[in-house]
Amino acid sequence: MTVFLLTLVIIAIALAGFFLGRGRAISSVTGDVRRLHSLPGYHGWHAALMVLMPAFGLLLVWLVAQPVVLERQVLPYLPAEVVADDTARTLAMADVRRVATGLDAAVLAGTMTEDAAGTIRAELTDLRARLAEVGVALGSDVKPETLQAAQAYRTGFATAIFWRGIITIAAALAGLGYALSVTRADFRARNRVEAVTLGILITASSIAILTTVGIIWSMLSESVNFFRQYPAADFFFGLTWSPNFRGGSELGFIPLLWGTLYISFVAMVVAVPLGLFTAIYLAEYASARTRSIIKPLIEVIAGIPTVVFGLFALVTVGPFLRDYFAEPFGLGNSGSSVMTAGIVIGILNIPFISSLADDIINSVPQAMRDGSYGLGATKSETVRQVILPAALPGIVGAVLLAASRAIGETMIVTMGAGAAAKLSLNPFDAMTTMTVKIVGQLTGDTDFASPETLVAFALGITLFVITLGLNVLALFIVRKYREQYE
Amino acid sequence: MTDIPATPVNPTRPVKSIYSGGAEMRRRNAAEARFRFYGLFAITLSLGVLAIMLWTIFSDGVSAFKQAKLTFPVTLAPEVLDPAGNRDRAEMTKVTTIGYGRVLAGAFRAELEARQISTEGVSDKEIAELISKDAPGVLRAEVLADTALVGTTQVMTVLASGRIDGYLKGRVTRATAERDAQISPAMLDLADRLQDAGILKTGFNLGFLTSPDASDQRPEAAGLGVAIIGSAYMMLLVIVICVPVGVAASIYLEEFAPKNRLTDIIEVNISNLAAVPSIVFGILGLAVFINFAKFPQSSPVVGALVLSLMTLPTIIIASRAAIRAVPPSIRDAALGVGASKMQTVFHHVLPLAAPGILTGTILGLASALGETAPLLLIGMVAFVDNYPAPPVEGFFDPATALPVQVYSWASRSDPAFIERSSGAIIVLLVFLVIMNVTAIILRRKFERRW
Repeated sequence: MTVFLLTLVIIAIALAGFFLGRGRAISSVTGDVRRLHSLPGYHGWHAALMVLMPAFGLLLVWLVAQPVVLERQVLPYLPAEVVADDTARTLAMADVRRVATGLDAAVLAGTMTEDAAGTIRAELTDLRARLAEVGVALGSDVKPETLQAAQAYRTGFATAIFWRGIITIAAALAGLGYALSVTRADFRARNRVEAVTLGILITASSIAILTTVGIIWSMLSESVNFFRQYPAADFFFGLTWSPNFRGGSELGFIPLLWGTLYISFVAMVVAVPLGLFTAIYLAEYASARTRSIIKPLIEVIAGIPTVVFGLFALVTVGPFLRDYFAEPFGLGNSGSSVMTAGIVIGILNIPFISSLADDIINSVPQAMRDGSYGLGATKSETVRQVILPAALPGIVGAVLLAASRAIGETMIVTMGAGAAAKLSLNPFDAMTTMTVKIVGQLTGDTDFASPETLVAFALGITLFVITLGLNVLALFIVRKYREQYE
Repeated sequence: MTDIPATPVNPTRPVKSIYSGGAEMRRRNAAEARFRFYGLFAITLSLGVLAIMLWTIFSDGVSAFKQAKLTFPVTLAPEVLDPAGNRDRAEMTKVTTIGYGRVLAGAFRAELEARQISTEGVSDKEIAELISKDAPGVLRAEVLADTALVGTTQVMTVLASGRIDGYLKGRVTRATAERDAQISPAMLDLADRLQDAGILKTGFNLGFLTSPDASDQRPEAAGLGVAIIGSAYMMLLVIVICVPVGVAASIYLEEFAPKNRLTDIIEVNISNLAAVPSIVFGILGLAVFINFAKFPQSSPVVGALVLSLMTLPTIIIASRAAIRAVPPSIRDAALGVGASKMQTVFHHVLPLAAPGILTGTILGLASALGETAPLLLIGMVAFVDNYPAPPVEGFFDPATALPVQVYSWASRSDPAFIERSSGAIIVLLVFLVIMNVTAIILRRKFERRW
């Protein structure tokens, strides 16, 4: 029985449980539901939950344990030296599984009887050709021990599937029996159901913690692997980045950090003035009508996927900067450059800064504006000398958040900044960032034993720490600022 | 009442109104005007760049929905396509696309001759190159599906090669053709004559929306079919994962969570996760779902899990705001007539918060649909030209996604792929606009002031 079918059966039993439980509750008070402690529906839900929880719990445990147990059963058939070596064992097990699926497919296609699949000998038949007929291509001829192991695997697998069905359904039925046996007029079904619901709610909210733990654990463990193979000091202070998959790489972090910071700096130079002036205009000058049109339009920028900005950088901004600025002034001839990526990220960040700054400016008390106007200040003087100083901490927070986004931005730099890790001051040079290198080292064929791949995890955790630090700092500043007016 | 004596004007001090101010006032007013102008300038510049970006992408991409096609009769010669002569499909599969290519090229030349279209300056090989490299494969699949076609003459409509397509759309000109190994000006002249003869036409390119990706050599055949299916699968799974979990988490945090350390940690976590760069979620997906849990690479299920973890904080934040907006009087009333806390939440608060939750969810989904970086890391950038199976197995088949397809086409060398890439963006933006408009309509329709 497949997992899908089993799930359906369990759900059917649960459904039956719902109606049985409800019916039993009603009949226990001969139809007078006022005498029940809980509404009849709760008794139904209780029965359904008692079916679902043990059955799915068992199924889950079974699904996790089955491959491990099966591998253990099969290992005696394989040569001892294969079992001893981790990599060889994984490969051999993959072979075994592949042959087993091949045999299954052959039986299913009717080119082999079930008996033959169990007793066939590798010495006597060209198994590889026969399996190829049914669409299972094998890399090499089947070794006798692999075939034997595969046959053991198949029998083990069939038994496991059989018992899996029996045991799960038994658990479901047992749950049903228990639920029905406790269903009486004074049974507190609602309290039970609500306790389970609360448990589900708590589990759902702890997923956020699990995600963070997952992020940190996954990056930390691989980073530790990396630092075992590559000295941390060379990574953090190395001035050259030249990975080489044949070995002898230099994986210095400084050029990537420089590229990241330089590009983010350009981005902030573009985004901060534009975003801030947009926010000031919208908050202080624009009429309600203008504001209601322009604000959503600016926010459209934030809704456009970054890959669109990436293509814009690659096709339009890059060549434009190269043809009209870099080449005439002899600054370089590359379309991808710090300026290209920086300007486009800056544009992407305008709505982010403007909407945060807008909120902050609006939260400056009106009394402060009125006071300033009363003293005869013009609007711009009020903005510059009263509102901006009052809103400064919030604006700094917004700028930090935007900087953290610029540092973590991936698609625009991947498409617009280039791939050369360089320490240069020329903004029209192609440079690269941490995120570009994470993508570069982790796409395509990756080998999780080599430092060239693992370095991506070290870069990832550094990126995570930098952006997290900026965010925490920004939130701290914003929160501190809020306290002043409330 | 005493008359106020007319105050004598102090002759030593000139009369000065602030309205007709002096140099100082003019300077201040000029500064004011400048400041106002800076604001307008910033807005104009931002919106201008947005307009330029959308305009370049639309003007580059619209042509992806049109395609140059060649229409001519093809005699499916049995001696080439079915050398054994018994119409046995198994035997006929031995004829490769090269054989079909020859048949097509022969038929094309014959048609040119029959219609007396001059082919001067163009070699036979170059004539064959006008036909897309994709066409023989399509013909082969058609013939193998219906072996009775062999021996008949069919009027076929096949794709023209990418360069000819580009010529009709103005991307390839005679000047670029001189420098291009794949096309010559003489071939373009021939294309003009073909167009006059009605053999070469441009029409709506349905294949762009339905066919799978194609290799570097055949930009004209590349389509978004697999990417659209992949994105749809992922969005479906993201909804299935995110909505229940997100709503459950926000209910707990808003309604049940005690004010303690654990709740604080969860809240800080959620707001921090919302600001973690998306690529970090890609690393998580690669390490946990692919390396540790052994899910298949490039599969929509891994993509959906990664996008769900990424979208979850957004959805939780929006749902919490919606739940918080339900006034406490509703809760008090329900509790007052004897509902349990759980009943209050599920029977009263949740239905009232549902429109807000829905709006937030749609906006979260829209941002997940456009996300690219984490999907690159879990291998969705791989070249996939098989459609994934229908659900549920299809969730584990290799697929790609719309924004990833934009990226992978943009990184190919042939400029014809830039057109495809921009076209893919148009499709992506259409989906995003639909989602955002739905969210706005929902908000307008159900927005409630208490």
